Amino acid sequence: MEFDTSSPIWLQLVTEFSRRVATAEWAAGERIPGVRELALQLGVNPNTVQRALTEMERDGLFRSERTSGRFVTDDSSRVSRLRRELAAGAADDYIRISRGLSMELRDATVLVDERWNENDNPNHDQARAEG
Amino acid sequence: MTTPTMTRHERRDENTMTSAIEITGLTKNYGGLRALDGLDLTLPTGQIVGLLGENGCGKTTLLKVLAGVLSDHTGEVSIAGHRPGPEAKARVSFLPDASFLPDNARVSECVATYEDFFADFDVAKADDLIEFFGLQQDMRLKQMSKGMREKVQIALAMSRQATVYLLDEPISGVDPAAREVILDGMVRNLSEDSLVLISTHLVHDLEPILDGVVMMRYGKVLLAGAVDDLRAEHGKSIDQMFREVYQWSPR
Repeated sequence: MEFDTSSPIWLQLVTEFSRRVATAEWAAGERIPGVRELALQLGVNPNTVQRALTEMERDGLFRSERTSGRFVTDDSSRVSRLRRELAAGAADDYIRISRGLSMELRDATVLVDERWNENDNPNHDQARAEG
Repeated sequence: MTTPTMTRHERRDENTMTSAIEITGLTKNYGGLRALDGLDLTLPTGQIVGLLGENGCGKTTLLKVLAGVLSDHTGEVSIAGHRPGPEAKARVSFLPDASFLPDNARVSECVATYEDFFADFDVAKADDLIEFFGLQQDMRLKQMSKGMREKVQIALAMSRQATVYLLDEPISGVDPAAREVILDGMVRNLSEDSLVLISTHLVHDLEPILDGVVMMRYGKVLLAGAVDDLRAEHGKSIDQMFREVYQWSPR
């Protein structure tokens, strides 16, 4: 994974882990890899990974079990809320740009409706979520 | 061999300490030249720390003092719970920037020498690394390129289960693929009880795996901190900060 070294890497890891949960790459209730394994996969310092994981736990997206490891929450409403948050962020971007282009709400909504089915392709959605 | 050895139990007791390195007021002169000028530095275990600074700022001198290679200095120095010397050397793995192995030796002989000298040396790990680096055990060092020799030295230094690793410019001579392997090895080996202090100019390559940096200038610590905190504070990469820091203030 490539990082932007001008902002804290642990925050970028939180974003990446959130994406994995939201796209169910890490499904609800699934056990996630250990700190060292993640550090090696991502090419970052284990302490940085640890900091991101702690943040995910604080956000209620991961839970840690003393003996068996760390898991994605099986609270599906929490995962839904995360998806909503991530999508809301993207929606805000769209709204900001549309307003900048002096579009009306109705036109912007119609455009979303039109595009929604055109982009009805799982690979496309996956690529977007990863982008 | 009179190398001090210690039982696991003793090791664990010693590991309850939190500072891997504690330095106060360290000064070292080479004749009339002051290489280290009242330097203060404390570093905890469980971290990978980059030691940065322009040529001649005292990085290598600092590492040599810590490694117990230079002794005529003033100030308080504690490394792995000891003053630099034989006891510290048993827990400190020092990789100098110059070759220290005999030209005529084969790789296998170097491994055997390390095994004799250091109680914490893991032969199997050294063999693995040497194979991973694409080197043969029966090769003589004089047959090798600079980069290949560096790999041998890195394999040896990293195969000790030390409390502190002092690596002086370990990746400057090796190709990018090997760099990755070396950095990977550091991440893999980092334990809560050890510190890796690594001097380098290649800030960019190291950035993702560092916990902290120490920037030196004129024999003093100019700036030290956790890399993610520095990034958050300045909105810049460590590489950018490094370039900027070393632009201002002529002496």
